[in-house]
Amino acid sequence: MSKSLNLYIGGAVATAVALTFAANFADRNVSQVPEKPAVMSAGASNPDMLFIAAANAAPEHVGVFGLGRVALPEEVHAWDLDISPDGTGLPAGEGSVLDGEELFSENCAICHGEFAEGVDNWPKLAGGDDTLADDDPLKTVGSYWPYLSTTFDYVRRSMPFGNAQSLTDDEVYAIVAYILYSNYLVEEEFVLSSDNFLDVEMPNAEGFIVDNRDEAEYALWTGEPCMSDCKDSVEITMRAAVLDVTPDETLAGQQDEDDDANDHDGADDDAMDTLSEETETATESASFDAELAAKGEKVFKKCKACHQVGDDAKNRTGPQLNDLLGRTAGSADGFKYSKTFTELGSSGTVWNDETLAAFLANPKAFAKGTKMSFAGLKKENDVQAVTEYLKSFSD
Amino acid sequence: MSDSIKGPKTSRRQFLTGAASVGAGALAAGSANAAGDPLITEVQDWASGFGAGVDEVPYGLPIEFESDVIRRNVPWLTADAISSINFTPIHALDGTITPQGCAFERHHSGSIEMRKQDYRLMINGLVDTPLVFSYDDLVRFPRENHTYFCECAANTGMEWAGAQLNGAQFTHGMIHNMEYSGVSLRTILQEAGLDAAGDLKDKWVYVEGADASSNGRSIPMEKALDDCLVAFTANGEALRQEHGYPVRLVVPGWEGNMWIKWIRRIEVTDAPVESREETSKYTDTQENGISRKWTWAMDAKSVVTSPSPQAPIKHGPGPLVITGLAWSGHGAIKRVDVSIDGGKNWQEARLAAPGEKMALSRFYLDIDWDGSEMFLQSRAMDETGYVQPTKTQLRDVRGLNSIYHNNCIQTWWVKSTGEAENVEVS
Repeated sequence: MSKSLNLYIGGAVATAVALTFAANFADRNVSQVPEKPAVMSAGASNPDMLFIAAANAAPEHVGVFGLGRVALPEEVHAWDLDISPDGTGLPAGEGSVLDGEELFSENCAICHGEFAEGVDNWPKLAGGDDTLADDDPLKTVGSYWPYLSTTFDYVRRSMPFGNAQSLTDDEVYAIVAYILYSNYLVEEEFVLSSDNFLDVEMPNAEGFIVDNRDEAEYALWTGEPCMSDCKDSVEITMRAAVLDVTPDETLAGQQDEDDDANDHDGADDDAMDTLSEETETATESASFDAELAAKGEKVFKKCKACHQVGDDAKNRTGPQLNDLLGRTAGSADGFKYSKTFTELGSSGTVWNDETLAAFLANPKAFAKGTKMSFAGLKKENDVQAVTEYLKSFSD
Repeated sequence: MSDSIKGPKTSRRQFLTGAASVGAGALAAGSANAAGDPLITEVQDWASGFGAGVDEVPYGLPIEFESDVIRRNVPWLTADAISSINFTPIHALDGTITPQGCAFERHHSGSIEMRKQDYRLMINGLVDTPLVFSYDDLVRFPRENHTYFCECAANTGMEWAGAQLNGAQFTHGMIHNMEYSGVSLRTILQEAGLDAAGDLKDKWVYVEGADASSNGRSIPMEKALDDCLVAFTANGEALRQEHGYPVRLVVPGWEGNMWIKWIRRIEVTDAPVESREETSKYTDTQENGISRKWTWAMDAKSVVTSPSPQAPIKHGPGPLVITGLAWSGHGAIKRVDVSIDGGKNWQEARLAAPGEKMALSRFYLDIDWDGSEMFLQSRAMDETGYVQPTKTQLRDVRGLNSIYHNNCIQTWWVKSTGEAENVEVS
């Protein structure tokens, strides 16, 4: 029996039928939505419609309803970036493994590791050859991804994390070349370009089949099920409690009875509590602006992916930022800084309003070679707000 | 009981405090002592003074006593909250509609803030006229209302290798069910014109979001022209930011990753793009190392939401409501069976309403609990005749390495104390 899942694959139902059939929910006791309301039947001959089209000074669009406007070639060019396995959409350009190594170190290594081996829970991009049939397969670009176009497309549109679409096409070619190299798929001298892109063979290109659940499963599990005496015994074979990995709900919102009953919004309230305490202690110095800091908390969301503040703050992708104001650059305990930051520290750079503002406005200009991939805060107000927020975590 | 049992420890504390107050109330209400129940015999503050005036809260939130009914995260699952998922508190909800404020979130590059006036939707590729719509344009197309579930393909994914997370919220909470208003994707495709696409049978649409992850998926044209919806509102109000405000795609019955949030572009193509999310993710590796792709539909599934580890029985033996949710990406739920003995014997549960296509169904089984331990299971059947499989049946076909599409029968071990635990049984 054909399942809805298989309709497309089987091609049993002509799409023209779907078109004219229009609304397959017509059997759900709702009246069918008009394909084209009577009032619109005048179409583009309606003088008002022509006026609107002319006023937009764009190519004429008739359509069914005459809504929207024609997309300009520049607009389509700006957004239509996807690249298909056959190379459709691939931009001209080239990049070498060697250039890629440097770019990868600057832009990607902080999460994916210098050799694309992955840091913490962040994705591993290399390794895992011949592990797909193992108990714990390692799925990387080399071991799993079937098309190279996917890697280029994803790096160009979605990476680096927190600073997407900041790389040039040549830089993307270089980074993709380096990822191939880190998977031992190309040699060190390799240069990837729009000309040789389709020649690269991906090891798992043949490793996929189209969904076959209808054949492999549905027939097995369809029909009248057993209702009584379906098995002899029921024994526990595994218990979740043994693993003990369930988050403790008291942290999420369930307060002990002696807690403030109004304090029902977990982490945010904690942060606000910290803020208000700080406000009280800071009023004496009169230099702390609680309102500005609250705005800064919002801006800090952009930083949170890599930086922690507050109680229990730890170094993560970036160093923890407690007591940042007055701290020597590159001096958070246990954090592995870039060479630039170590040098800034030994040359006596200390974080204050001025240095922080300069760094946040343009990180790569302030510290050339920093591992921080963040592009910087464009608005001066945001810089001031986030600085004020960080002050609330400084003594 | 062992102190190393973290989940139940919380439940036990809840259970004990809950039982104490309920017990006292039950005693007073059931067999009124000489003085009678003070909640009745004494004039209470609320029966004497004022409550809150109108406008006290211009947009209402749940009363503080419900503050534990919230989305929860499992921090160790992902590298970072910016690209992560949390879970709907299904153990604490009833009915079928999920309130937006506690409906699970899944972001790939964080939840973005976009104003309606900054919203643009482009349609390009193999269309007669590439078009751009503003939000104001979209709301002028004829609109439809439909209720659909949205389930992440990874729902229950952490349970493949064994019982792991102790609570229905964590095992089955990557799901929500909302009533959407919006324009059918078919209407928008027809506005741009599909003559240029030629034979539509082998065509696709590629849909992508406006956030930095550019999450994009390829959808076969037949599905695009069938029931997909470009939605603006859920449960009667604007979509929440975390669900794609101002506009998201709704792909009924298919995995949540395809329900593109902040949808900004629809491209008609002659082949799938094979983007990151449809190759490296959302594919299912079988035991032999070969992976299934294009596994879009969510198979029939159900779970008992109460009693469950986060919703223990607090009232002792006697009348007990067993309830849960069932759904299928292939159509309407026809029947749900419940077993209290781990699948030896089954009885048909009562559906609160006839099943609707690709929407949650609520089921109830009202029993007289004798206070002995139970192994609670539920088993959904949809209109195609498909019966929800056991975990063993799934593993026999797919092996242990899958992540997505785990629709196995769930077992809760309800102890005589009323506490429950996530277990696997033979």
